[in-house]
Amino acid sequence: MTNNPYKPRDWQIHPPSIYADYKSTALRNPLKPLIPIRQSLTEITGPVYGHDALGPLDHDLTKNAAKNGEPIGERIIVTGRVMDEDGRPVPNTLIEIWQANAAGRYIHVKEVHDAPLDPNFLGAGRFMSDESGQYRFITIKPGSYPWGNHHNAWRPAHIHFSLFGPAFASRLVTQMYFEGDPTFAYDPIFNSIPDEAARQRLVAKFSLDLTEPEWAHAYVFDIVLRGRHATPMEA
Amino acid sequence: MADFKQTPAQTLGPFFAYGLTPEQSGYAHKEIAGNIMAAPGVPGEHVRIEGQILDGAGAPIDDAMIEIWQADADGRYPGGSRDEAGGSLAFSGFGRCGSDDEGGFWFATIKPGAIGNGHAPHIGVIVQARGILNHAFTRIYFAEESDANSADPILQSVPADRQDTLIAVRSETPAGPVYRFDIYMQGDDETVFFDV
Repeated sequence: MTNNPYKPRDWQIHPPSIYADYKSTALRNPLKPLIPIRQSLTEITGPVYGHDALGPLDHDLTKNAAKNGEPIGERIIVTGRVMDEDGRPVPNTLIEIWQANAAGRYIHVKEVHDAPLDPNFLGAGRFMSDESGQYRFITIKPGSYPWGNHHNAWRPAHIHFSLFGPAFASRLVTQMYFEGDPTFAYDPIFNSIPDEAARQRLVAKFSLDLTEPEWAHAYVFDIVLRGRHATPMEA
Repeated sequence: MADFKQTPAQTLGPFFAYGLTPEQSGYAHKEIAGNIMAAPGVPGEHVRIEGQILDGAGAPIDDAMIEIWQADADGRYPGGSRDEAGGSLAFSGFGRCGSDDEGGFWFATIKPGAIGNGHAPHIGVIVQARGILNHAFTRIYFAEESDANSADPILQSVPADRQDTLIAVRSETPAGPVYRFDIYMQGDDETVFFDV
């Protein structure tokens, strides 16, 4: 709909509601067309959290649940920039992540995969982007894990990301992957994204520049949230 | 300026609880937002909103996350944007609830005021679950606001025979007012979802 402050979700980029190869989509998504909305305050405002909402170790998943040592696995830095569709930074926005441990095991009570839990790893963290939209997590590289979607189904190693951006309309939940994963071609969730270039934007790139010597590999994952239409006031 | 493309959405999957709804799900991790949104002293009518989320076969969705965003009793969004600051500090306006084994969810909140002339009181809702690749937007309206509802431009943009899917029904209980808002992802009573 025209005259909305926020640009629409780009349906050439986002997955379809129903994607047959991902079986759980069949009964859980609307079959009737979405109804266009004229964005009101409800859509163009959103929850705001101060930096004081976070604990000092929220960004460091190797420490925020440690009980008697470091978690097992490959320590990594995951960093990047949150921006809008005009490339402007999205500052002070809450980023929440959750993931499996190095063995590909989620700590969730209903997870049944026969891989070990790590007593020193929860797998959840938070960060508030800085004034330039930058964020940085320390974590353990997650393992691939099997799931029941089809025979011999394995999810590529991934980290879940949840962001708000400046508005209810700019909310985004997605997954970050790692370059070189051998299972991309077989994963219906990754391949539900219709555009190859868009899929590749979910694949974090190794950066030697940001890798810390003797300490941890770094992966870069930039995130683009919905932006605003230019208005006469801003033009 | 350069044209940057949106980052694609992906499902939040089945195992988000320890990250997004940890306290209500029993994990040792602090929750940034929960389903008890209003401290006792917050001005306004304190109400409970509850419902059940169901799939197209009528089965409960036991791994959904429902998020709501609403104005305070005066129709103001609490610190909600840089140019719309205001509202009660004890009221965040944002709630988050993971569904239980029966697909149930609830929020303890206050009834929002109208955000301006011509708008009926309402709550913005985001629905996510395993199997939902793009989060779904819907809205909660209030049955007793029939005059305001009949003038609300967004509610009235919905076909008349589907508007009821957005209207929470009120009942009075000893613990206070309760609104019922069930979410049907598909079926004859499929909830209206918006392209926000």
